[in-house]
Amino acid sequence: MLALQGDVREHLAALQACGAEALPVRTRSELDAADALVLPGGESTTMSRLLRVFGLEQPLRERLAGGMPVMATCAGLILGSRRVLDGRPDQLTLGIFDADVRRNAYGRQVESFEADLAVAPLGIAPFRGVFIRAPRVENTGGGVEVLASIDDNPVAIAQGPHLGLAFHPEMTDDLRLHQHFLQRAASALESNVA
Amino acid sequence: MTAEKLEANGHQSTATGGARVKRGLAEMLKGGVIMDVVTAEQAKIAEDAGAVAVMALERVPADIRREGGVARMSDVSLIRDIMAAVTIPVMAKARIGHFVEAQVLQALGIDYIDESEVLTPADEENHIDKWQFTVPFVCGARDLGEALRRIGEGAAMIRTKGEAGTGNVVEAVRHMRAVSGGIRRLQSLRRDELMSAAKNLGAPYELVLEVHESGNLPVVNFSAGGIATPADAALMMQLGCDGNFVGSGIFKSDDPLNYAKAIVAATTYYDKPDVIAEVSAGLGRAMRGIDVATLPKEELLATRGW
Repeated sequence: MLALQGDVREHLAALQACGAEALPVRTRSELDAADALVLPGGESTTMSRLLRVFGLEQPLRERLAGGMPVMATCAGLILGSRRVLDGRPDQLTLGIFDADVRRNAYGRQVESFEADLAVAPLGIAPFRGVFIRAPRVENTGGGVEVLASIDDNPVAIAQGPHLGLAFHPEMTDDLRLHQHFLQRAASALESNVA
Repeated sequence: MTAEKLEANGHQSTATGGARVKRGLAEMLKGGVIMDVVTAEQAKIAEDAGAVAVMALERVPADIRREGGVARMSDVSLIRDIMAAVTIPVMAKARIGHFVEAQVLQALGIDYIDESEVLTPADEENHIDKWQFTVPFVCGARDLGEALRRIGEGAAMIRTKGEAGTGNVVEAVRHMRAVSGGIRRLQSLRRDELMSAAKNLGAPYELVLEVHESGNLPVVNFSAGGIATPADAALMMQLGCDGNFVGSGIFKSDDPLNYAKAIVAATTYYDKPDVIAEVSAGLGRAMRGIDVATLPKEELLATRGW
């Protein structure tokens, strides 16, 4: 759980409620100890700067190259994208997802909204999506699986073991997406070992 | 995209302006620093330094204190310039009880309104009915009762008041301890003692019950008012706040950009003294500051709001 800034506490609680061992990551040794990583909501520009200044960018890129599964929500999805549209030119992107992301694409805070979403792997019951100054996924590449959309814009995507969400499942009591990520991560890690 | 549009496209029960999205933005700001800025250029410096949001003002509290006069909502063009200059959320202040200033700020599309004691109050009895707005509000508080009254009126975020514009952290510490001490006391009570506690706090019973059960405020709580150094910022985090507002402390220091960067780092690594030491080196002078005990009572800002 990357814990430089943002809604870390809610993600930790959700992961623990799913039975996972979840710890905050702010240093290299904490990153080394993690099997999978959550990039939380928050301010992507702030996290991006702190990752650089405190020497976490390179180790994180190495772990990602080694196949560490990532769940990215909102600002985390921006960090995890290939390219940020309407962001700051010096913003860091990790290229976890073969997709571009447009920052604040739905408008300012007064346009923040909630909506019921049909998320493919979760079956029939809708998932309440909380969108806060949310980013929009654009120009997805071939490796990206779209799990949910609003109009024609993907709001939940997956690529290999990784899960990327424009909304905040950690702000609801619904644990299904955290469970889904933990299953995805576990099967990816097992096949890595095998 | 608007809620209406989403609904027209077949998505059920889409909603803007609910308590969850309002409180949610504050959750996203946690662990971060919100900086007072008076120009678009300062706003860019704040964003470069890693601020999670900026507060658009005409004068920082230290100058309001020095110059006197009636302090009101900032000039609309200035707020627009600052909103255009940065990609992070922009907040602005309305006077206590001045719901029309708040309506204007909402119309401008500001991301958060601070109903603030730093401005001259417009109503000496009533605060703004914040439930009527789509835009979320942050309000100041000196203790648990005041925090719960503001949340009862619809505040989606609380900040301890401290004593703005002094560069002296003593009041911020007092208020943070008062809020967290108040929470601990409520937790220790029996359920049949909560109504009396609500009466004594002057706070809504339902919120008192919620705090008793959860051990937390129902919204995010930042600290504010007098934070001037990286160590001050880390002190407030170790005392249990969720993040920091820094007003005069940054742009009244010798080297604002590096000061801002250091305060951001100290807020993230608040429990790592070696990091705080490292970022504090070579910063030059902090703002000069005022001993709060020497201020005449009528010049105290924290006592505004009820």
